[in-house]
Amino acid sequence: MKVLSEDRTRILFEKLTKYIGVNVKLLIDRPDGTYCFREKKDRVYYISERLLQLAQTVKPDHLVSAGTCFGKFTKTNKFRLHITALTYIAPYAPFKIWVKPSSEQQFLYGHHVIKSGLGRITENTPKHQGVVIVTMADIPIGFGVTARTTAECRHADPLATIAFHQADIGEYIRSEDTLV
Amino acid sequence: MGRKAKFDETKKVKKGPGRKARKQPDPVFKKGLIDDDKEDKKLSHRQKQRAARRLKKKKELLEKRKALKEAKKSTPQPENEEQEGMSSEEEEQNGFTDDNKDWLKPKKKGVQSKKDMDSQSDESDKDEEDDDEESDDNDDKVGTLDDLFNDTDDENKDEASSDEDKQISNKTAYDSDSDNDESDDSNEESDMLPIEKANIKLKKKRKQDAKLADDEMQLNISKQDVFAFPSEEELNNPTSLQDVHQRIKDVVAVLSNFNQLKDEGRSRCEYTDLLLKDLCTYYSYNEFLMEVLMQIFPVQELVEFLEASEIARPVTIRTNSLKTRRRDLAQALINRGVNLDPVGKWSKVGLVIFSSTVPIGATPEYLAGHYILQGASSFLPVMALAPQENERILDMCAAPGGKASHIAAIMKNTGALFANDANKDRTKAVVGNFHRLGVVNAIICNYDGRQFPDVIKGFDRVLLDAPCTGTGVIAKDPSVKTTKDQKDIQRCFNLQRQLLLAAIDCCNAKSSTGGYVVYSTCSILPEENEWVVNYALKRRNVKLVPTGLDFGTEGFVKYRHHRFHPSLKLTRRFYPHTHNMDGFFVAKLKKFSNVIPKSANDEDEEEITVEESENKEPVQNGDVSDEKDINNVKPENKKNKRTATDGTENSIHPQKKIKTDPINSQLPSTQENGKNKAKNKQKKKKNKNKQAKPALEQNVNKTESKSETKEENDTDIKKDSTESSVNLLNNDMAKKNKNKKKKKNKKKTDNVQTNAIVKTNVDNVSEKVQIAAAKKLKKKNKKKKPIGVRIERNKNVTTQGNKQQKKLKKQKTKS
Repeated sequence: MKVLSEDRTRILFEKLTKYIGVNVKLLIDRPDGTYCFREKKDRVYYISERLLQLAQTVKPDHLVSAGTCFGKFTKTNKFRLHITALTYIAPYAPFKIWVKPSSEQQFLYGHHVIKSGLGRITENTPKHQGVVIVTMADIPIGFGVTARTTAECRHADPLATIAFHQADIGEYIRSEDTLV
Repeated sequence: MGRKAKFDETKKVKKGPGRKARKQPDPVFKKGLIDDDKEDKKLSHRQKQRAARRLKKKKELLEKRKALKEAKKSTPQPENEEQEGMSSEEEEQNGFTDDNKDWLKPKKKGVQSKKDMDSQSDESDKDEEDDDEESDDNDDKVGTLDDLFNDTDDENKDEASSDEDKQISNKTAYDSDSDNDESDDSNEESDMLPIEKANIKLKKKRKQDAKLADDEMQLNISKQDVFAFPSEEELNNPTSLQDVHQRIKDVVAVLSNFNQLKDEGRSRCEYTDLLLKDLCTYYSYNEFLMEVLMQIFPVQELVEFLEASEIARPVTIRTNSLKTRRRDLAQALINRGVNLDPVGKWSKVGLVIFSSTVPIGATPEYLAGHYILQGASSFLPVMALAPQENERILDMCAAPGGKASHIAAIMKNTGALFANDANKDRTKAVVGNFHRLGVVNAIICNYDGRQFPDVIKGFDRVLLDAPCTGTGVIAKDPSVKTTKDQKDIQRCFNLQRQLLLAAIDCCNAKSSTGGYVVYSTCSILPEENEWVVNYALKRRNVKLVPTGLDFGTEGFVKYRHHRFHPSLKLTRRFYPHTHNMDGFFVAKLKKFSNVIPKSANDEDEEEITVEESENKEPVQNGDVSDEKDINNVKPENKKNKRTATDGTENSIHPQKKIKTDPINSQLPSTQENGKNKAKNKQKKKKNKNKQAKPALEQNVNKTESKSETKEENDTDIKKDSTESSVNLLNNDMAKKNKNKKKKKNKKKTDNVQTNAIVKTNVDNVSEKVQIAAAKKLKKKNKKKKPIGVRIERNKNVTTQGNKQQKKLKKQKTKS
């Protein structure tokens, strides 16, 4: 559990900003104690300071996870958001895409969101904006990046991709071992 | 139906058909029902015509019959029975002698022809019987013969009515029932409608059937009563599983009422052995496990348990209260085609799944962390633990994280939760589940649980769901049936003991809200449950408290030769056959002192085990009951003994534990007084000199003389027993008396001779008491030990002391 380097912190926040915009600061300034990002084996954990102190009593070799894993830095030093971050991202995300019940399952298997499965989309979503995918019952089920703006979606072909798949909660089953 | 009109303008009536607008189709009734309804209807013209015709026909029939009866009376007529038996008689005619044949044949035909002329209704009545008799020729021979007698009588005398009585007398008992009555009927109730006749006949038939059935029952019962012990051959050549099953049932029945049902010359042992073998073959267990199970359950219950262990328990899920509510989840799942119900009143988060059209472990709700698949029994330890918000809690064997996430959910993600598991691969499941369920206050680590006290201590609550043989979840993993033997169990409970001690060490007794340890296993073997807890009770400053679970059976206090601490009845056992959940055991311990009454050094332990192996047994005996001598307690000695037993857990001699009442338990100690006294006293002395750190200074040379040590002890007692010295003296006296009376040992007399010796004796006895030990320790270490702990100890001491006094008084009165 080490502090993130400046460079990596910047990369991390840039990534988070893509999804939750200015709400990033809400992750840092919280009413229920201070929270921080810590890095362990290229994984980034979001953890409260209080819990961090306790976690430091555990030897690094024996520590499996503490707090919430947000994602990992790839070998090319890019940050990849994991589905485990959804707990924190979903409530703050300004842009969302709702998918129809019929295409929920498709998305959970790792497919992109196509026009025919699109239930709703936040107004004025720009292109290549990080979005949270939710079901019509408002259950967040993953992240994506929009392929088209809201306006373009209206006139899109039924099979046209609206949002690219990035992570979905199906990964909890599909790739439990590589989750963290 | 439909929506009610709302004429008041303020309330807006929704448009559209509404949620329940789908109309029910018209009800479909059975034909019979509809007919009944239509009876009131007017008949159509044709129906009327038909009815009239029917009536007419009926009248004609009646007249015909009357005419026939008259004809019968005038000409000798075969009875109804005869007519019934017609066809069979014809077949049997071959059996008769020649002269009989001569007159029989023509008559028969005549009768038949007459019968043909008979009314259709008559025939229809008897058709059935004819058929029956045709099919059962052989069976009915007796009856038909009688009929023939009738015939001959009739023909010879030509006086049907007058001779009927004689005929009756000729008939066998079997036929007299039906045939006579019928003949009576034909005479007296000639006016009866055919349907009435049929009715009467039916009733008789039923009566007979019932009688037969009764007879059969009696036969069966008498058969059951005499279950014959199978011979060697039968045992060596097993036939079918059904037979084995039947034999199991029989043996169980015999065992349940052994005195009356046993075979002469067979002992109970033989029956139980037979049962054991049969159960092993039928349920495919290995003999060892079956033997163990037979010791736990009475036979009847055992069979129930085995049956229940064959069937999987219903799938249950736990609502993740961090993300959703049970009602919402239930609604969502019902919409997906899942048939579910709340698990019971005792849980607010559990749901039972009866059937499902979708895989319950892969619905979007599951993936979104709204619930987790978890056996109902797994809720229990967490409920017993009763975590509070903002506590620091440890789950020592957490994988795959079901119980740990339950704890986090109850804590509402506050405080800190340590989820530990020894298996690194399995911790991945914990990580996955925690993230899925949105548990953010958790630290997941991968230690051997036994080393956890070295990592971090001071938890408010600790949950230990220990690895076990899994005898409670045979339905889940049937391999348990055949793979477990004594060694596995021993390995398991050794590990469990160490883990439980580690768990207790991790817990903080001074916690304002907690200080609790919950121990649970999914095994039902007392070796892995009560015995482990009993072990911990002796070696740590913990006591059992009620689990807070309002169902489940009480834990064992006695099991075979084991006699556990009486408070073990506060633990809870759950069985598949009684509670319809996996077999489970839950015990809740409250830690009342952080002092570890044991030496920290393993080397010390070993030495002690060598030196003081004699001391162990009395210690354990005393544990059970001798709480009264608290004041005299010499903690160091206790420490020694405990540590000694620590080293060799298996060397416990359970048989000695049988003696639970204070007097008896005293005896072993007195027996070994000579040896023990000296050692103990020496150690005490040394410890005093060093100002007694709790556990370290026990292995001391035994050099000093007995007399010195005695004096030491006396002074000790005076110092220590300030609070209840009077009571103590009384107690001592009582003990003295008892010792005298028992006179089992030579050394006893020595003890009685001098006060000093008596006191030391009492000391020895009291040394066995853990709590007492704690107290003494406290006194010696007053400056070091915290106040809270002290207070607790005092409370304990006093209450227990009182109890002891009461006990003693009772014994006095008895003696």
